[in-house]
Amino acid sequence: MKNWWKILCVLLLFYTLIAGFLMPIPALPILNESIRNLYFHVTMWFGMIIHMIVSMVYSIKYLSKNDLRKDVIAEQFAITGMVFGIAGLLTGMIWAKNTWGAYWVNDTKLNGAAAAMLIYAAYFILRGSTDEESKRARISAVYLVFAFPLMLVFIYVLPRMTDSLHPGNGGNPAFGKYDLDNNMRLVFYPAIIAWSLLGVWISTIRVRIKNLWKQAEE
Amino acid sequence: MLQQIGTLIKKEWLLEMRAKSSLAGILVYIFSSLFISYLSFKQIVDVATWNALFWLLILFTAVNAIAKSFLSESRGVQLFYYSLLSPQIVIISKIIYNGCMLFMLAVFTWFFYGIFLGNPVQDCVTFMITLFLGCFGMSSVLSMISAIASRAGQQSSFMAILGFPVLLPILLIIIHLSKNAIDGLNFNTNLKYITLLLSMNLMVPALAFILFPYLWRE
Repeated sequence: MKNWWKILCVLLLFYTLIAGFLMPIPALPILNESIRNLYFHVTMWFGMIIHMIVSMVYSIKYLSKNDLRKDVIAEQFAITGMVFGIAGLLTGMIWAKNTWGAYWVNDTKLNGAAAAMLIYAAYFILRGSTDEESKRARISAVYLVFAFPLMLVFIYVLPRMTDSLHPGNGGNPAFGKYDLDNNMRLVFYPAIIAWSLLGVWISTIRVRIKNLWKQAEE
Repeated sequence: MLQQIGTLIKKEWLLEMRAKSSLAGILVYIFSSLFISYLSFKQIVDVATWNALFWLLILFTAVNAIAKSFLSESRGVQLFYYSLLSPQIVIISKIIYNGCMLFMLAVFTWFFYGIFLGNPVQDCVTFMITLFLGCFGMSSVLSMISAIASRAGQQSSFMAILGFPVLLPILLIIIHLSKNAIDGLNFNTNLKYITLLLSMNLMVPALAFILFPYLWRE
């Protein structure tokens, strides 16, 4: 049973979808039924961060070992991370429209997420600009390792210093404190695992495809 | 090591003085962009706009001034350094030199900006601290980005693509702090921003110190 985690992923995804839409939720003003978006919006950020960390770790590994397979992993995880980030932004925008009244509000967390997307877009542009494989791998790994801590400052430090509309920041109570009852936790935590596993699954398949392409070229 | 850094900084300055056209070019660049802002705005009443425009001018000056620090050096010159010095010394001296240079340019910009568009700054000491820390922060990020861009063999437009997303967190802190300085807020409220900026100023050169040798190897 080498693939137990893939089965787990599919089961948990079904659970997330079914329970996420059907399980009871606390009746809250403004949020109403939209609180169910918690299982689809917040979980995207967990998935994104996991992918970005993996991508950075493999960039460091590439720099120390000079092994091009590490670079392939770093690149593919960055791509999936960016897909998760865009999905997080989109689900967040729909939620924001229905609760805050606009698709985009000037909020530190939104700006941080958008900046993270910009950094990864720059990373892919940098990758596309050089043809030589080892050079491309080294330069982009250096850029990613350089940009990642600055991005973390943007995503984790700045929102804690300024006001934000998000719960848990700037005087707004955290979700966990009042809103998230135990019924929601029963879905929320498995949902995080499910989406993250799905992302890892996609990335590993992409890595294998990329490696096969490279073999075919040789 | 300190002596080597000193020698390299002196060399940069001598080169700058020998080819005065590049420094003069930057000064004219600042002056003409100031003049354009003056003609398009005539007068700025809103302090937030004054602040944002000022830092945008500094940002574009910084990108233009620092872009050349690695892009203009030929392969021969770079090889020569590498046979003589350790890469860490090269990047640290570049950061210090560009920081000093940018600080002087920023003070120059502030002076003429004040003449043309008025100077609403109430707390000049804090504003100077912001200028100083901000210039060194920008210099450390952009020196490293310049090295990456030169390795990728790209034009200076790459500086903006790679640099702006990474600069965003630093720029946001600077703009906050300088807005506080303009409004003349109590120093204690600024303290957390100053410490954050200071820690960024330590973190980014440390990252450059670790990562630059990898860019070097070829």
